[in-house]
Amino acid sequence: MSVSPQNTFVGKAAVLDGMPEHPAIKAVVAWNPDALTDARFDRGELTLTVAPESIVEACSIVQTAGYNFFEDVTAVDWFPSEPRFQLSYHILSHAYKERIRLRVMLDGNNPTIASITPVWAGANYYEREVFDLFGVRFEGHPNLRRIMMPDDWTGHPLRKDYPVEGYR
Amino acid sequence: MAQDVGTPILQAPPAEGANDQHMVLNMGPQHPSTHGVLRLVLEIDGEIIVRLYPEIGYLHTGIEKTCEAKFYQQVVPLTDRVDYLGPMANNLCYCLAVEKLLQLEIPARAQWIRVLLTELTRLNSHLIWLGTHAMDIGALTVFLYTFREREDILRIFEAVSGQRMMTSYFRVGGLSMEPPLDLFDRIQGFINTFPEKIDEYSNLLTGNPIFINRLKGVGYLSAEDAIALAVTGPPMRASGVDFDLRRDMPYSSYEKFQFKVPTSKDGDCWARYTVRLEEMRESIKIIQQALDGMPGGPIKADAPKIVLPDREKMKTQMEALIHHFKIVTEGFAVPAGEVYQGIESGHGQMGYYVVSDGTAKPYRVHMRYPSFATLQALETMCKGRMLADVVAVIGSIDIVLGEIDR
Repeated sequence: MSVSPQNTFVGKAAVLDGMPEHPAIKAVVAWNPDALTDARFDRGELTLTVAPESIVEACSIVQTAGYNFFEDVTAVDWFPSEPRFQLSYHILSHAYKERIRLRVMLDGNNPTIASITPVWAGANYYEREVFDLFGVRFEGHPNLRRIMMPDDWTGHPLRKDYPVEGYR
Repeated sequence: MAQDVGTPILQAPPAEGANDQHMVLNMGPQHPSTHGVLRLVLEIDGEIIVRLYPEIGYLHTGIEKTCEAKFYQQVVPLTDRVDYLGPMANNLCYCLAVEKLLQLEIPARAQWIRVLLTELTRLNSHLIWLGTHAMDIGALTVFLYTFREREDILRIFEAVSGQRMMTSYFRVGGLSMEPPLDLFDRIQGFINTFPEKIDEYSNLLTGNPIFINRLKGVGYLSAEDAIALAVTGPPMRASGVDFDLRRDMPYSSYEKFQFKVPTSKDGDCWARYTVRLEEMRESIKIIQQALDGMPGGPIKADAPKIVLPDREKMKTQMEALIHHFKIVTEGFAVPAGEVYQGIESGHGQMGYYVVSDGTAKPYRVHMRYPSFATLQALETMCKGRMLADVVAVIGSIDIVLGEIDR
């Protein structure tokens, strides 16, 4: 909040040290500091990396801490390195007028994570899009079907090993 | 992976309390009121909507994948085509994101011209919404009126960028060129008469009993639902959530402008109509302030390795020629990192999430577009209402299929 966007903190210890008053960090530390595996404050944006199994809990923790508006979730494919998939949840606070990013790293082999639709129902289409284009499965999602591509499509087009021109 | 083939509404067990009389009706994708290629699968009991299922993807072109194969500056023309009714807003959001990655300082004049033109874009987008919304409900005349003014805006766009719709006028680091000399006078001429035109639309619709009956109390969305379903922009503000990125998280020097954010507590189609009409009046105020206080100075950042040099310099200076050649053939490298930049477009909160791995091509570009989320709320708004109300609700949420499918 009071931290200047010119500052850069890399790593969990530096962020916890540099901005201990940040409401999201405070809430996450009060809940379970071990669930926070990494953190970064760069270009005025705060990224909190959490363990994949605690994403739903982390979402409801930051929601209670005032980050009330789910804005976006998407994935980045870091093929061929492992863990391969990065999920980025962008969450906005109407009260603090600020955005945080929750980040989760997933294994390339059968990537699966719990759906956050119980916390924010609006994640429904976004998770479907990630499933469709990256092949990440969301457990507990009410309707995990392809959304952009035809139902009988083979492959997940936004993966890096999928050619730009598609399979011919 | 695609184990669920088929549309679930057709295969799912009937809704609670349903009997054999329920019918499944397919609306679109070639339906005139679906604003493009939206397909809705409706389960109806007589004329009452029991369930509604939007089926999208007919316009999916894989723009996000294409971006990964282009240089950073080559992505700008692709962004025009996403929300094709608000080209400047797309350009702005992408450029701001890349500039944040590069940590570029943009000159004041470029920022103000960006604000000026983005507000004109908002007017353009709202005019199309108003015309088509009224037309869906049966008031054909309004469409002709709003397209008359839209034509003026498109002529301004053409004067400034050479293109009517796919402008690509904002570039990473500033603007593509200095606007023509008489541009500000033309915009001034346009906004001098535009408030009367809004009154004209308002005269046609606001007191019209058919229009009122079709909109009042229809398509209700509560503030809690709006937040839960990630609805943004005018539909969210019409439900009573007072949040606008231009005011609350300003970008591109919006903090220097005075304007109100219209809201309503009613949450119905009528509230969305009044909120957007008010927004058009506020946009005019912003445009007026931008014209009055337009700063001088350069329109491009001082970054010769990122911004293309002027034509004149390129032909007279060796370094400028080299930079030009390098940018065009090799692009420019962007430091590794990830940024998310949100702006308030005509439809709501637009966001670009750009991930760089330090090369000249974006590693990943994700576009968060407002209509995608607003469409999720369609079922909430239409459930239990008449079939004809669906048309009114689709009109009032102002979706563009290009930005939903990307």
